[in-house]
Amino acid sequence: MKAGYYWLVICTLLAASGCSSLGVKPWERNLLAREDMLMDAAALDLAFDEHIYFSKEASSGGQGFAGGGCGCN
Amino acid sequence: MKKLLMVLLLTISPVKAEIYNISQLDLKSHQGKVVYLDFWASWCKPCQKSFPWMNSLLQKYPRDAFTIITVNLDAETEAMHQFLSKVDADFDIYHDPSGRIAEQFEIEGMPTSYLIDSNGKVVKKHIGFYSKQVDRYEREIEELL
Repeated sequence: MKAGYYWLVICTLLAASGCSSLGVKPWERNLLAREDMLMDAAALDLAFDEHIYFSKEASSGGQGFAGGGCGCN
Repeated sequence: MKKLLMVLLLTISPVKAEIYNISQLDLKSHQGKVVYLDFWASWCKPCQKSFPWMNSLLQKYPRDAFTIITVNLDAETEAMHQFLSKVDADFDIYHDPSGRIAEQFEIEGMPTSYLIDSNGKVVKKHIGFYSKQVDRYEREIEELL
């Protein structure tokens, strides 16, 4: 019983520490700032995807947001 | 005559950036001067916009009372060199690819700059660079000079 309790504590601590370093630092956003990382980097692909999405869901948009990933906007 | 022309050209041409390793950065050696410490990266567009302004500051304020130190945070050295081949920089650049100093200064956005007074104390922190606020930035520097 006691061993089970210890295991529970250890597993909880491990699970909690998994979220301790979330996100990228402002100076690590070089890859996110690349143009080919934009949601609309390939305009034709995006148009096809949006058409399919609109046909299936009867709604469109909401796939992106402003800002180039530099963290200063 | 040729010699005279050479001397003239060397005097007129702006001082170009020197690139150092971040381990060589010693802020204490600049005590007695107002320091504008700027953190930038090649992929950051507002950083690029701030360069001509920073160059103009060096023309505007006396070198013995004011200096600009910049820290480049590109993980790839090549990206920094490519940027500098396109954009003029008249100030010293310290390359910090691992972001060690950026971590210490708790950088929240790019670019981030610090205004340090002649006693070595951080007085102001700017997150981002906004052309519209250039007058305010300059006023803050002038208050310390």
